Amino acid sequence: MRTRTLIRLAVLASVAGFATAAFAASADDYKAAAAKADAAIKQAHALKNEWTTTGAAMKAAKAAADAGKFDEAVKHAQEAEALANGSIAQAKEQEKLWPDAVVR
Amino acid sequence: MLRKLLIALAMVAGAAQPLLAAEGASDPKAEFKAFRSYFTNRFPKLALDDFVNGPYSMDEGLRKQWKAIDEFPPYDFAIDKGKAMFATPFKNGKTYGDCFPNKGIGVRQNYPQFDAKSGQVITLDVALNRCREANGEQPFDYTKDDMAALTAYMAFTSRGKPMDITIPDDPRALAAYTKGKEYFYTRRGQLNFSCASCHVQNPGNHIRTEVLAPALGIMNAMPIYRSAWGGMGTTSRRLRTCNSQVRGVPLPGESEEYRDVEYYLSYMANGLPISGPGTRP
Repeated sequence: MRTRTLIRLAVLASVAGFATAAFAASADDYKAAAAKADAAIKQAHALKNEWTTTGAAMKAAKAAADAGKFDEAVKHAQEAEALANGSIAQAKEQEKLWPDAVVR
Repeated sequence: MLRKLLIALAMVAGAAQPLLAAEGASDPKAEFKAFRSYFTNRFPKLALDDFVNGPYSMDEGLRKQWKAIDEFPPYDFAIDKGKAMFATPFKNGKTYGDCFPNKGIGVRQNYPQFDAKSGQVITLDVALNRCREANGEQPFDYTKDDMAALTAYMAFTSRGKPMDITIPDDPRALAAYTKGKEYFYTRRGQLNFSCASCHVQNPGNHIRTEVLAPALGIMNAMPIYRSAWGGMGTTSRRLRTCNSQVRGVPLPGESEEYRDVEYYLSYMANGLPISGPGTRP
């Protein structure tokens, strides 16, 4: 009985914790997420390999932040960072792989 | 003495190595042959010169539509505008013709060229803007309208002439060709497509409603009237659209990468007739 109660409390606590983390982002959280995304975007730009979807995600992040919706803004900024990192990985991978596609 | 000689030879060999490696990376003549064979083997019934007609060479239905459209070509207005622009003197009295061999008539097939002075590939579009700037005029936008009209007229004066692109004996020219080849075969954009994904691996196949054109001769029809644009567009405009279609951020018009890929593809099209200006769906 005692164990079951403890488990219930732990589940409640974790759900509450998740909810806090997911829905209570602050302006600082957004700034941190945006800074990480900007750094990745800068790197993708230097490689001349940006994706259009990255810019769209960053635009959505800024719009959400301007509207005070920081949870949404963080989500979009993280998406932009992931997309920028995808384009960086693609550029680096293709540096080695493109010769395999050449017609011979 | 012998030791000094050996050291000197080793140094010379070491210095030459990167150059030899770069040359080894590209063999334009062999690649031209392989590229040509790939397309002629894949489409054995297609006349070689027909490749320049892009999707119309791949699809009978589209070809019929094109023949009907070409009774009143939608690019005609661009040729007329380009002709008038070409003949109109700059403020200093000179004309475009003064910047080109043969007064600019029937020379489109010789572009792009490698310019030894700048060490860069010069496309017809860049040569036209250089001409404007050398004569005190503002350069045109590289993607549409005025530039498309000028290149449409110049292409028209070269219709039927075989593409004739040279790679001079200059390691920088070979490097530009190699960079163009690299750009062509490199996957990019969120959809992870290279130019070759569509135009080497899938010519004749559909992407949504579009029939993909073969890469062989793809530059010969430039500039084009594209129905999807509702107007004329240059090579840069077409390349930028390709980038966007695979969700990649396009480069500025006539950026080095675009000029190099045009150099590579035009060399691959050597001997095929200029068909520009063209129409595309």
